[in-house]
Amino acid sequence: MVMKAKLTASLVAGAMVLGMSQGALAQDTIKIGSVLSATGPASFLGEPEDKTLRMYVDKINAAGGINGKKIELVIYDDGGDANKARTFATRLVEDDEVVAMVGGSTTGTTMAMIPVFEDAKIPFISLAGAIEVIDPVRKFVFKTPHTDKMACEKIFEDLKKRNLTKIGLISGTDGFGASMRAQCVKVAPNYGMEIVADENYGPRDSDMTAQLTKIKNTAGLQAVVNPGFGQGPAIVTRNYAQLGMGDIPFYQSHGVASKSFIDLAGAAAEGVRLPAAALLVGDKLPESDPQKKVVTEYKQTYESATKQPVSTFGGHAYDGLFILVEAMKRANSTDPQKIRDEIEKTKGFVGTGGIVNMSPTDHLGLDLSAFRMLEIKGGDWNLVASGS
Amino acid sequence: MAEFLQFLISGLTVGAVYALVALGFTLIYNASGVVNFAQGEFVMLGGMVTVFASAAGAPLPLAALIAIVAAVIIGLLLHRLAIEPARGASAVTLIIITIGASILLRGLAAIVFDKQFHKLPAFTGETPIDILGAAVQPQSFWVLGGTAVVVVALYAFLEHTILGKAVLATAANRLAARLVGINTTTIMALAFGGSAAIGAVAGILVTPITLTNYDVGTLLALKGFAAAMLGGMGNPLGAVVGGLLLGLLEAFGAGYLSSTYKDAFAFLVILFVLFAAPQGLFGRRVVERV
Amino acid sequence: MGALLNQRFLTLVVLAAVIAVLPLLFPSSYYFRVASLVWVAALAAIGLNILMGQAGQVSLGHAAFFGIGAYAVAIGPTHLGIPSWAALLIGAVLSAVLAYLVGRPILRLKGHYLAIATLGLGVLVALVISTESGWTGGPDGMPVERLTLFGWRVSGSYTWYWVTGALLLIGTWIALNLDETPTGRAFRALHDSEVAAQVVGVDVARFKLQAFVIAAVYASLAGSALAFMNGFINPDQAGFLHSVELVTIVVLGGLGSVVGSIVGAAVLITLPQALTVFHEYEHLLLGLIIIVSMIFMRNGIVPSLSALLLRRARS
Repeated sequence: MVMKAKLTASLVAGAMVLGMSQGALAQDTIKIGSVLSATGPASFLGEPEDKTLRMYVDKINAAGGINGKKIELVIYDDGGDANKARTFATRLVEDDEVVAMVGGSTTGTTMAMIPVFEDAKIPFISLAGAIEVIDPVRKFVFKTPHTDKMACEKIFEDLKKRNLTKIGLISGTDGFGASMRAQCVKVAPNYGMEIVADENYGPRDSDMTAQLTKIKNTAGLQAVVNPGFGQGPAIVTRNYAQLGMGDIPFYQSHGVASKSFIDLAGAAAEGVRLPAAALLVGDKLPESDPQKKVVTEYKQTYESATKQPVSTFGGHAYDGLFILVEAMKRANSTDPQKIRDEIEKTKGFVGTGGIVNMSPTDHLGLDLSAFRMLEIKGGDWNLVASGS
Repeated sequence: MAEFLQFLISGLTVGAVYALVALGFTLIYNASGVVNFAQGEFVMLGGMVTVFASAAGAPLPLAALIAIVAAVIIGLLLHRLAIEPARGASAVTLIIITIGASILLRGLAAIVFDKQFHKLPAFTGETPIDILGAAVQPQSFWVLGGTAVVVVALYAFLEHTILGKAVLATAANRLAARLVGINTTTIMALAFGGSAAIGAVAGILVTPITLTNYDVGTLLALKGFAAAMLGGMGNPLGAVVGGLLLGLLEAFGAGYLSSTYKDAFAFLVILFVLFAAPQGLFGRRVVERV
Repeated sequence: MGALLNQRFLTLVVLAAVIAVLPLLFPSSYYFRVASLVWVAALAAIGLNILMGQAGQVSLGHAAFFGIGAYAVAIGPTHLGIPSWAALLIGAVLSAVLAYLVGRPILRLKGHYLAIATLGLGVLVALVISTESGWTGGPDGMPVERLTLFGWRVSGSYTWYWVTGALLLIGTWIALNLDETPTGRAFRALHDSEVAAQVVGVDVARFKLQAFVIAAVYASLAGSALAFMNGFINPDQAGFLHSVELVTIVVLGGLGSVVGSIVGAAVLITLPQALTVFHEYEHLLLGLIIIVSMIFMRNGIVPSLSALLLRRARS
């Protein structure tokens, strides 16, 4: 009997302690949400993003959090499925009650989630590529990666310098490839480019020699551009070399954004050019480069923690997280509306993708200078000197 | 001519992989009536285990052997733990079990290995060989040759060994096979093991060309199933012909018609073949009894 | 007959009660969304179950009709100025016509050959949707205008919970009734033996075609509902994996059982939500649960459990 009473008492006490600590916890944490494609066909985007977010949130918390409050990170895996992403977005907003969101690995999942965050008036920093995420500007939606339109422009700028105007396109039919292909076709006339061949391949295809043979035999062809991401561009590059097309200048996109591309494509990657963020060439940047410190630090942290080569995709998550963290510090509040206002005022933020200057009409804040033109030489990225 | 040859060899190489996957489908289907949608995962295992074993220091032939053994063990476990306990369930129930197994194996591979793409070095160099103007990767010959070896070995096994005849007997009539003293459970286990081995071989041969990661299996299962159907489900010769045909359709479709709609082209042909010959190209006519 | 009628009536009443009572247990609108997804998937599965469970035909491309319904309500208002409700009907009619046209030759095929033919159809539809980006927005999908009925703008998780719940009730009611009409009996005869059915005078081809068309219309309506609910649609919904998911729901819940399709949908839609706590082990566990349930409940959850209960009740 006595024991029973004791037990009850301790249970009650325990419950009180639990209840109190939970109350205290709720006050001392800031909930940030994320929906990523950590598995499925876009897992090469979602996985580094997932690792980056977890790693840096731990670091921020270990250093004391934001304005004395710890971050609580809630991540869901949508498997690349837009409908699932939509459900998880609702879950973040309604059930987890997050104050902000950094995520959305693909344009498809991002577009499906946008209405949820717009309706709930919660800031959403997307990690997706296509320009339609921020154009037209939506009040609560931001993004960190360069747009596919910028990639096309950067490539065409380089082609123009080399006096090459007749180009062939070989694009993936996934969201990234299809969207970038459309943007390239659209901006080509602005740079005097003529698209003489236009072929496609499925995102899971394992042999693109048929398409490349057709492109190779197109009269007047001067250069080839491959909008695509995942393993597709690596196979295209290998087939390109196999068919002996090495003399025709070949451009990949920013979708090819980690050392694993060079590793997968092997010797065939030599001489390939691509627009990419400074992150890939951190060690080759001059000391004076403002991004040097950020990108080398991120690269070291990521590679030593994961034992995998750094990718610009993880970098997008890094940029998104810190744009948000700094906005929250400035706002000194967990009110989503105030955080949103501060994100929009981001100026001179040095990230892995470039220097971000947002405004009410620009929710990306990057210009073409954020892209570096790289060439693969000796199994490594090299900066193409301007003018060559 | 050079263009035609290029498409032909590209189509045959891809088709050979479809053929091996279709052959795996056929073997299991014949022995047990199960359409095994985890067949693509055997191909994935072949590639991934080889990659990781060779990264751990094993020479390529040993790594390949480890991969085949690993796949066979998984195949036997799949039969013992998932198919055998559901013996007597309807065909569609068994299909769902194999779909569950394919999700499980993919999830397992993502944890045990990783989600990155990986490559294997080509067996005999990567310098393309010029054949009448077409540039061919040496690995293509390994794929085609390896497929031929597998087909011949399977044929010899089925036609010239007692065990092989028992497999054929089981395929023809399971009840009758049991009545004449064939242990059909052993035959089924054999089919799952053999099918896993064939899948793994396909994965090893083709990874130097196509690269691999934890979820390459889904699409291969779809294409392999289509190939098996095109040739006529249950007929090993049909599976091989169906696979090669599907690969050729895709390559020529992409080369001469439209690369965007090449998959549509392949499936349209399958639909028309089935309308003309509802049992596939080499299928048996089954008379339904009341 | 009276008992059967009662049972049908009872099923509907229980379903209506569940739909009405569930919201009392929901702490946030996220739960309404998940429940609405279950109702939508269940609607598509009930249709597919008429084809699979009653007429004994497997379709591995059923998401194609789901996609047609979804894209009809996306494309109609956006590109053609057709009102949303009309686009929904047009989608259903289009699905029915497509099912009728391709069904004639396809349904001559048997067993797995039927599966591959429907799979081919599904691949074709999904490919067209993701390629013709001028109309469909391509692989990234396109926005869908909200449904407006008599000036009422249907939006929000709560509203859609009731709308999809009502749709499911109607769909269930029709399917249950179909079960008891001469058509339903003909379907079941087909499932048992096609030749036998033919011998006793059932027009096999006609009934199979009818089941295919009905299943297509169910999927199309479910697709339209999802598109309206999300305000956004992409080609995944018409893809092979979604077809496989629908088949899995039907078989997991129980072939031929209307209630089974609803239970199957509830399990397969909520399971991934529940499994998120396991992070990377999520898929492994999902696969494992599917295998184990099919081994121990080989006729599907609802038929197996009701047989078990019946045995218990008798002993």
